[in-house]
Amino acid sequence: MLAYIVRRLIQALIVVIGVTLVVFLLIHLLPGGPARAALGARATKAEIHNFNVANGYNRAIPVQYGLYIWRLLHGNLGYSYKYNQTVLSLLETNLPKTAVLVGLAYALSLVVGVPLGLYQAVRRNKFGDHAVTAFAFAGYAMPNFWAGMLLILAFAVGLHLLPAEAPQGATVGAIFTDPRALVLPVVTLALVNFAQFSRFMRSSAIENLVQDYMRTARAKGISTGRVIFRHLLPNSVTPIITLIGLTLPIVLSGAIVIEAVFNYPGMGLLFWNAALKQDYPLMMGVTVVVGVATVVGSLLADLLYAAIDPRVRYD
Amino acid sequence: MTDIVQTPTPGGVSAAPGATTVAGAPLAGAPLAGAPLAEGGEITSSASLLRLFVSVFAENRLAIVGLVTIVLMVLFCYLGPVIYHTTQVHTALLTANLPPSNAHPLGTTSVGYDVLGRLMVGGQVSLEVGLGAALLSSLFGAAWGAVSGFFGRWTDSLMMRIVDSIYAIPPLLLMLLMVTIFSPTTFMFIVVVAIVSWLPTARLVRGESLSVRTREYVEAARGAGVTRGKIIVRHIIPNVMGTIVVQTTLQVANAILLLAALSYLGLGPPPPATSWGAMLNNGLNFIYDGYWWLIYPAGFAIVVVVLAFNFVGDALRDALDVRLQRH
Repeated sequence: MLAYIVRRLIQALIVVIGVTLVVFLLIHLLPGGPARAALGARATKAEIHNFNVANGYNRAIPVQYGLYIWRLLHGNLGYSYKYNQTVLSLLETNLPKTAVLVGLAYALSLVVGVPLGLYQAVRRNKFGDHAVTAFAFAGYAMPNFWAGMLLILAFAVGLHLLPAEAPQGATVGAIFTDPRALVLPVVTLALVNFAQFSRFMRSSAIENLVQDYMRTARAKGISTGRVIFRHLLPNSVTPIITLIGLTLPIVLSGAIVIEAVFNYPGMGLLFWNAALKQDYPLMMGVTVVVGVATVVGSLLADLLYAAIDPRVRYD
Repeated sequence: MTDIVQTPTPGGVSAAPGATTVAGAPLAGAPLAGAPLAEGGEITSSASLLRLFVSVFAENRLAIVGLVTIVLMVLFCYLGPVIYHTTQVHTALLTANLPPSNAHPLGTTSVGYDVLGRLMVGGQVSLEVGLGAALLSSLFGAAWGAVSGFFGRWTDSLMMRIVDSIYAIPPLLLMLLMVTIFSPTTFMFIVVVAIVSWLPTARLVRGESLSVRTREYVEAARGAGVTRGKIIVRHIIPNVMGTIVVQTTLQVANAILLLAALSYLGLGPPPPATSWGAMLNNGLNFIYDGYWWLIYPAGFAIVVVVLAFNFVGDALRDALDVRLQRH
């Protein structure tokens, strides 16, 4: 177990270094390099030269990478000249709000997807199973922003039940002042994962249904409900922990689009505005932080899974 | 306690019928079409691969529906504008925001473009980027995975950690970054979508090539002094061709969705070009005005095409019984 944790940690560290290398490469792919990124398209040659000398961008590439890592380790993610703020302070206000959105969406897709997948496994190849499958497929094929638009059309424009705009506010607390406004963004983002979770749960439960312990449990005369909830559910639900880690990049991608649709004031909206304004330091800073966060997320998921499920082989 | 000793069955790696992988479940519980595969789903010649695909389409109704839909959509996008003439470059503000009528079967946009005609033009970009990105990402991903799996050891570790690193960055973040850096041409969009799409293909092909390289015929080729490059091209790639074909089909759908998201965010192909995603972006501005013709047609077009490519891809996968993970 300890060897597994150490190996997994080293692997995650290598991937984190890889993420910083990818972003470092992107910074240097910019015509004009990091100076152009910070100073904008209208910077003069002299300004670019001065910036490069001041920040060490005239040194050898490995030295520059070392400086880049050094700055990252000190929490210096760059400076957004468009917002006139450090990237770190922008992230401090926006990232927690995205975490709330993503967390709620994961919770909802699990609460709906897991029981539905279980139901499908128990009633497999019957009408209900096919109906849920068709729904999951439709959810997968639908662009998430379009799903959001349809929900706005139905619940905000048509029925006047829910607001079409996400709750506005600078702090995380402000997000919760109007819980009704959270419903549509969270539901739309949950649709991204719902299909994944229900499909996974279905196949996982089907694999467990043919195991010996299931037959034993039934042979003992335990009621069907108890067999399903005490034996089938715990055994087939644990692998979903790793799926949560694996789907993080996809869900964070979805968060960008959905924050744009509902004007949700989080990291995604910040990043989108940065892209429209070509605010490169902000984009690079967010990318590094989010990249590292997904690595840490899947690392935690794997370790948690290994801790919970003794059947995991540590190889 | 009686232990049932399981003896390995011939062709034993494939799972029991009905047992499925994460996303590998056939939609309508369709049985694995035949099982004409010897040795755990191995296919040795392109002729047998072709024959297999033909038999899939003969048996799987959803696959036929998907294929027909794709053909119809291609005709709609490329032959449509030849029959149905519209102007998609010059605006016509006098006929803006018209609901569907005889003159404009699907209405007009806020600057007077005919929506039906725009669906055709936007579809061309979506299909071209979708197909182009799928092919490019499969080509690169397959090569990467085959080399990584074949060489193994630290080459493999290094190449796979590179895949992990790019994979950790949410695809849309990476795409938005690249789109703002490079000039927006169709080819650039193909490259950008391909850069975030080749990773699953690389992982899958790597996994299969790890097992193929231990087979006797690869050992034999190695013993006979065949170069490693030649072994990869002549033995590894042909054996993972099924996976590559399935993955390419599914990636078309994925690429169309990625381009739609990018276009929706206003960073897709710039005007006067358009795509289905960009049309939906326009629709959101008028969502409170009840201009449903700006919202339903383009969205349906995306869903229909994405489903069609998924039906075909899933049918091919069921036939090959390869364990793929969709993203």
